[in-house]
Amino acid sequence: MKQQVKYLAELARIALTEQELAGLEQDLEKILDYVSQLEKIETTGVEPTYHVVPMTNVWRQDKVEASLSTEKALANAPERHGNFFKVPRVI
Amino acid sequence: MDAGKATLWQLRQLLDSREISSVELLSFFLQAISQHDGTLHAYLHVNERALEEAKLADEKCSRGEPSAPLTGIPVAVKDNICTLEQPTTCASLILKDFVSPYEATVVARLRRAGAIILGKTNLDEFAFGSSTENSAFGPTRNPHDVQRVPGGSSGGSAAAVAAGFCPAALGSDTGGSIRQPAAFCGVVGLKPTYGRVSRFGLVAFASSLDQIGPITRGVRDAALIFSIIAGHDRYDTTSVTEPVPDYSRFEYPADLTGLRFGLPREYLSGEVAGPVKDALSRVSRLIEGLGATVEEVTLPHTSAGIAVYYIIATAEASANLARFDGIKYGYRSRHHRNLRELYMFTRGEGFGQEVKRRIILGTFVLSSGYYEAYYLKAQRVRTLIRNDFLEAFQKVHLLLTPTTPELPFLLGEKSKDPLKMYLSDIFTVNANLAGLPAISFPVGKSTEGLPIGLQIIGPAFQEELILKAAAALEQALS
Repeated sequence: MKQQVKYLAELARIALTEQELAGLEQDLEKILDYVSQLEKIETTGVEPTYHVVPMTNVWRQDKVEASLSTEKALANAPERHGNFFKVPRVI
Repeated sequence: MDAGKATLWQLRQLLDSREISSVELLSFFLQAISQHDGTLHAYLHVNERALEEAKLADEKCSRGEPSAPLTGIPVAVKDNICTLEQPTTCASLILKDFVSPYEATVVARLRRAGAIILGKTNLDEFAFGSSTENSAFGPTRNPHDVQRVPGGSSGGSAAAVAAGFCPAALGSDTGGSIRQPAAFCGVVGLKPTYGRVSRFGLVAFASSLDQIGPITRGVRDAALIFSIIAGHDRYDTTSVTEPVPDYSRFEYPADLTGLRFGLPREYLSGEVAGPVKDALSRVSRLIEGLGATVEEVTLPHTSAGIAVYYIIATAEASANLARFDGIKYGYRSRHHRNLRELYMFTRGEGFGQEVKRRIILGTFVLSSGYYEAYYLKAQRVRTLIRNDFLEAFQKVHLLLTPTTPELPFLLGEKSKDPLKMYLSDIFTVNANLAGLPAISFPVGKSTEGLPIGLQIIGPAFQEELILKAAAALEQALS
């Protein structure tokens, strides 16, 4: 389980301390044990409900509309470079 | 009249008759906050421009301009709903200094109705919790007993209304986050039908479950706020086009003749606190006294609700919270040497324990090899839970249940045991899973003075019926 939590944290891009890892491992075991009660419920032939409102593909016109200014869009940037979001070198 | 106890309708009258001004009203609330919110911590931020806005409202009034329903009246907003010029932190370090460049549709609609956004209220980080103890900025306390939690996640909103720090507030409800704190704080909380209220500008937790709704002092106030915020919004494609009646104008019958109430058997079989059980039987008799019938019904899959909820809600949350990566806004860790580390450390340092727990759990139930056993299975059981309700509503018009199995618990009582905390939502999650509207309204207090709330659940889009029934009971109880 510990290896698994490590792997999940990697997938979710969350750095965890050893102490957090141990705590989460315990919590996860307890929670998964609790939710395993669902196994006992017969669901053969039951459709899943992903969403309670039966709607699909709400379309709109592909039209340019007013949007945020560059300044507003960048106002919360942790780091910026001119009119760009600054990030560490990727390649 | 004590403005800290007045309803929205009373305040409207006082303002329109010029018995008080909006500036006086705002000064009253700001003073109450500065005197007592140091203890309760219901607000994370108070609008510095509130008095200025009140002055503008008074000027409009003195020019003889007609007032809108909320002109000059302050409303507080849960801090996971985006506002302009005030921070939106979700009670998380990762959004500590975030000020949204756009505002939520519900906030725009409140402001269009004349409301002054008084401030942003505390919550469990990203609305993950049932006690408001998971706030990165410290917990909120229950105004009825400061040793106890106000419930959550909209604990700040419920406490603010209960303490007289605002006449009304917005909350959000994914598994009970409006209704459970409303019950714990002795106020009214309405979770609308899924799709009834736009989620545009609500920081998403679980997109198929989240709904915004009012927390108020009375049922009619909830109807008023609800009629202002409900309705289709082109910016939220899951908002429905169903017409919205003007709930603020409808007649409230004093009796309930012809209505059939159902008491779900399963909601009483588990561990329900004595005072809550007593309140339920007392109100059942009251309902019968008002001309309605009460009968037992069955919702056989009730007990599966928490398991289904924690699979679906965490799965959706793990996807929704992927956007907090330290790139475009929010906290960015300084400890990185490359992009991967930037993500890892930003999220590791920025998120609190419960947020990490839920993202990890959500990632697990969606991961290959487990998807069918957990996520798909939960969505199938969700159908069964929904069918239970549909079947019950063939027999009765409304369901009456406790809002919570227990009275407000002590700070720290459940915070070490996530599962125990999760189970506090056992009576509220199923309405979210089925997308149904539900209200919690206060029905009295326990002998030690702690509020008790009951819940009415109705069929989809039957908010009107729920509000009328709750209003009649509210009146009969007063």
